[in-house]
Amino acid sequence: MTTIPIIEKILSANDRLAAENRAALDAARVFAINVIASPGAGKTSLIEQTLKALAGKLRIGVIDGDLATSIDADRAAAAGASQAVQINTGGDCHLDAVMVQQALPQLKLDDLDLLIIENVGNLVCPASFALGTHKTVLVASIPEGDDKPYKYPATYRGVEALVINKIDLLPYVPFRMEYFRQGVETLNPGLAAFPLSCRTGEGMPAWLDWLAGQRRK
Amino acid sequence: MHELAVTESILAITLKHTPPGQRVTAINVVIGQLSSIVDDSVQFYWDIASADTAAAGARLNFRRLPAELLCLSCGARFGLGMPAEDGFACPGCKSEVVKVVQGEEFYVEDIEVEG
Ligand SMILES: Nc1nc2c(ncn2[C@@H]2O[C@H](COP(=O)(O)OP(=O)(O)OP(=O)(O)O)[C@@H](O)[C@H]2O)c(=O)[nH]1
Ligand SMILES: [Mg+2]
Ligand SMILES: [Zn+2]
Repeated sequence: MTTIPIIEKILSANDRLAAENRAALDAARVFAINVIASPGAGKTSLIEQTLKALAGKLRIGVIDGDLATSIDADRAAAAGASQAVQINTGGDCHLDAVMVQQALPQLKLDDLDLLIIENVGNLVCPASFALGTHKTVLVASIPEGDDKPYKYPATYRGVEALVINKIDLLPYVPFRMEYFRQGVETLNPGLAAFPLSCRTGEGMPAWLDWLAGQRRK
Repeated sequence: MHELAVTESILAITLKHTPPGQRVTAINVVIGQLSSIVDDSVQFYWDIASADTAAAGARLNFRRLPAELLCLSCGARFGLGMPAEDGFACPGCKSEVVKVVQGEEFYVEDIEVEG
């Protein structure tokens, strides 16, 4: 018996495809974000509010990952997306680089400034699969509870921005913001965080500024 | 549920490194606590995915590495316990200035083959 040393990252095939997606986006000068969150945290609501606020300023495409329906892509189109594409994962709990690679030809990338990808609602699996986007944005929400960074550390570690949605519910739901933020800070020091409400619009400007600023980089 | 993708990735890496004519008897995989969640169903997928390959019937061994935090105030290393009231604070000096130093590993370490 012989032992062959390897040390090779699992899912590196996905990473290679993600790099190809990134190259296609860069070639068309499209800035792309991957929005991940648990079901119902407000991914589609955030995308709708972002579309409404930036309509006329940026041409925004949306790819919506969903287990089976096209409800979210329809919502994005209604909110002003210049192009919206649905990916049905057929039961898969996350998008991967292959699915995005198959969806990209359905978009006219040259006519877009920004691409927003809504991942499948799931706080675990999407964190493991790079898509080729420039940034991954995690949407947390107040009713989920303040212990989520402690329970899903891998997810909080792998993101470049954090939206803390539904702050309009803070008066009604126990949520220790300090406890939550300390967990986030340990896992992901200096992470850009945007407490906001898609319902009232409070906090939205800071998020929109960040997004616009990233695109210019 | 992404065990199938994980399984296929492990198989592709394994076969790429298997010398022609040899048979794989074991694959050693390292999984950090903070990396992909993978459970024992991978072995089940493995048996199907590896059939008719040089790795058919090989044993999958998982070496799990717990997450470890380093206290930047006193230098203590400690594990990531369940969410305690004081969060990720150092159990020794209670400092909250800590950082993750282990737990993100997810790779094929080596394979065992025979001729
Ligand atoms: N109170 C309050 N409710 C909100 C806010 N944002 C979203 N919601 C509500 O939360 C629910 C889920 O919102 P969605 O935007 O569909 O959530 P999602 O993350 O896209 O959900 P899935 O795609 O199904 O995983 C809806 O009933 C929204 O109206 C908010 O800021 N405040
Ligand atoms: Mg949605
Ligand atoms: Zn300490």
